[in-house]
Amino acid sequence: MSSSGDLLHVVTNDSISAGRKAFGRAITWGSAVCMVIIAACQLAQVLGWWDLGFENWRPTLYAYVMWAVCLCWGQVLQYGEHGKRTLFVLPAALFVISLTVFPLLFGLIIAFSDWNLSSPDGRQFNGLDNVRQMWADPFYWNAMLNMVWYVLAILVEYAIAFGLALALNAEIRARKFFRVAFLLPLMLSPVAVSWMIGKSMLEARFGPISRLGRALGWDNPSFFESPWIAKATIMLMDAWTFIPFMMIMILAGLQAIPKELNEAAKVDGANGWRAFWEVTFPMMLPVSITAILIRIIFKLKLADIVIAVTSGGPGGATDTVTSFIFREYRDRSNVGYGTLLAMVYLVVIILVMTLLMKLADRYARPRT
Amino acid sequence: MTGTPMPPANAQIFHDSPGDRAFQARWWTGRATVYALLILWAFICLFPIYWTLTTSFKTAPDVMKGHMLPWVDFFPAWLGWRSLGLSPDTWGNESTVRAEFLKRFSNSAIVSVTASVLAVALGSLAAYGLSRFSYKFAWMRNSDISFFFLSQLILPPVVLALPMLVLYKELALLDTRIGLILLYTLSVLPIVIWIMRDQFSSIPTELEEAALVDGLSIWGAFITIILPIALPGMVAAFILSLVLTWNEYFFAALLTSTHANTLPVMVASQTGSQGISWWSMAALSWAAILPLIVIGVVLERYIIKGMAAGAVK
Repeated sequence: MSSSGDLLHVVTNDSISAGRKAFGRAITWGSAVCMVIIAACQLAQVLGWWDLGFENWRPTLYAYVMWAVCLCWGQVLQYGEHGKRTLFVLPAALFVISLTVFPLLFGLIIAFSDWNLSSPDGRQFNGLDNVRQMWADPFYWNAMLNMVWYVLAILVEYAIAFGLALALNAEIRARKFFRVAFLLPLMLSPVAVSWMIGKSMLEARFGPISRLGRALGWDNPSFFESPWIAKATIMLMDAWTFIPFMMIMILAGLQAIPKELNEAAKVDGANGWRAFWEVTFPMMLPVSITAILIRIIFKLKLADIVIAVTSGGPGGATDTVTSFIFREYRDRSNVGYGTLLAMVYLVVIILVMTLLMKLADRYARPRT
Repeated sequence: MTGTPMPPANAQIFHDSPGDRAFQARWWTGRATVYALLILWAFICLFPIYWTLTTSFKTAPDVMKGHMLPWVDFFPAWLGWRSLGLSPDTWGNESTVRAEFLKRFSNSAIVSVTASVLAVALGSLAAYGLSRFSYKFAWMRNSDISFFFLSQLILPPVVLALPMLVLYKELALLDTRIGLILLYTLSVLPIVIWIMRDQFSSIPTELEEAALVDGLSIWGAFITIILPIALPGMVAAFILSLVLTWNEYFFAALLTSTHANTLPVMVASQTGSQGISWWSMAALSWAAILPLIVIGVVLERYIIKGMAAGAVK
């Protein structure tokens, strides 16, 4: 994507009258001032200076929405054709900014306070207490460590997904059936899956998988009692839902490899195994890295299966950071501490992902 | 010449060379492995769905004994579906469970469809703008803006969850569909932008240039010329968003309580309360995943297209 110059050249002779420009500027700033005034009034009420009888912050929200609309409209009024171009990106940008940047800034304030939503005294700034508490919280670090294991499991998922993609890419009959069947797990809601598999099929007494385990000589199959088996079970269930995702990305990559390449390898005398390692696999490296990175991003959000099946047990062995914070909030309804944990998690994620992307960039670049 | 005996008259005269025969054997074993692998995995994928469906028709003894084949080792009963009020004989009657289920179902449907439409609309516009024009907002150029949008993918929901909870409480958006819709739109927007950017950059700019010469405005050209061409990509993005938002549990569990609960929350809340009555849970789970199974089977092409976007440049 070129960074300078439009791909689409548009020559326009906008003749924007001074009145229109002024009107555009007026509504943009007018609505902004309006918003600020309303917000200030509400703030005054919250601080107890001036009771205006607001029940909630809705008026400010409406003023904000009005300001956003006026800003977009004002762009067109003031800049004509250029404004219309801005209009493509501006709504999405405003939407994302108002729903992420603002809550994140707000979250930073919450993170350093003691705020129990059910207690009447409201938010209390408590400095670095939360940080100290986090530092001494073994369950949080345990959850972080679990995330490392969960992320490492992606390598196995990747190998399976690659194998399946190769099988699907071979000349087979009923390809459509297999593709649909392989895709289905991805479509199912993780919560339903966690009941279907985690609670029903893995039930210790009469779940089919436990039966199978017993038939294979495992005396007392229980999947959620010992820490490592529980962790592995969660990994398997998560893998079950998300392998199709990697498989499809890899399949798309495989189909984009020109056939001549494999034929040439065959002519040169490479058998299937060598052709795979020396032609297919290197060609697939960029796609693989993209697939793995996206999968890591999704894996870091893993929560619903854990919440629904084990709620972190036994002894926090299956906890993910998200499910831990979720329970932390559910049990103690302490917003402040939970937010701090989430913020720290975000920072860790950003650091790790940046590092991974830098590494990926270095290794995935096609060698010429 | 006399030493070699004549072969029988009906024997095959032309043989494959031994090397070729070995190759054939290898080819067949290769085939067999591929099919065995495919069938095994298809079984792994489909069995839980099958198991849940059959369990919803089982009675308690059938569940305990682990019967699997309907009509062969157990006789299907409407037990599970009756408890949801969805079996043929309860269809006419009043049923609080069914009313509850339908309410959750419609909540899920409204929230996921609206959020997906919103995300596709906002995302397509942004992706089109970014693929055609060069912007400069303060220090941010096109690549920065793209990165800003796509980087939202990294943001884990848990970071937004608690601040949003507090904000929504202040804004009286807690336990409303609008609140959920906004967050869901946000969470799928980066994916939509990713898919649509790919889609738009594969459309040549000459098309719009021709349209502009013919006197259409930029927005006119976008709506009448480009959108119809990009429609498959939009459908792909829409379906993918729909799947993700329909299945979302975390935000729904935190931000809704009684009015705006979605189906996953209902499924999750059932497991704890009244012990586990297998058949009704199975029926509920199956009813919750059915729409997506239908979508998956019918629109498989689009889903694969959507996920493959960006994988191959």
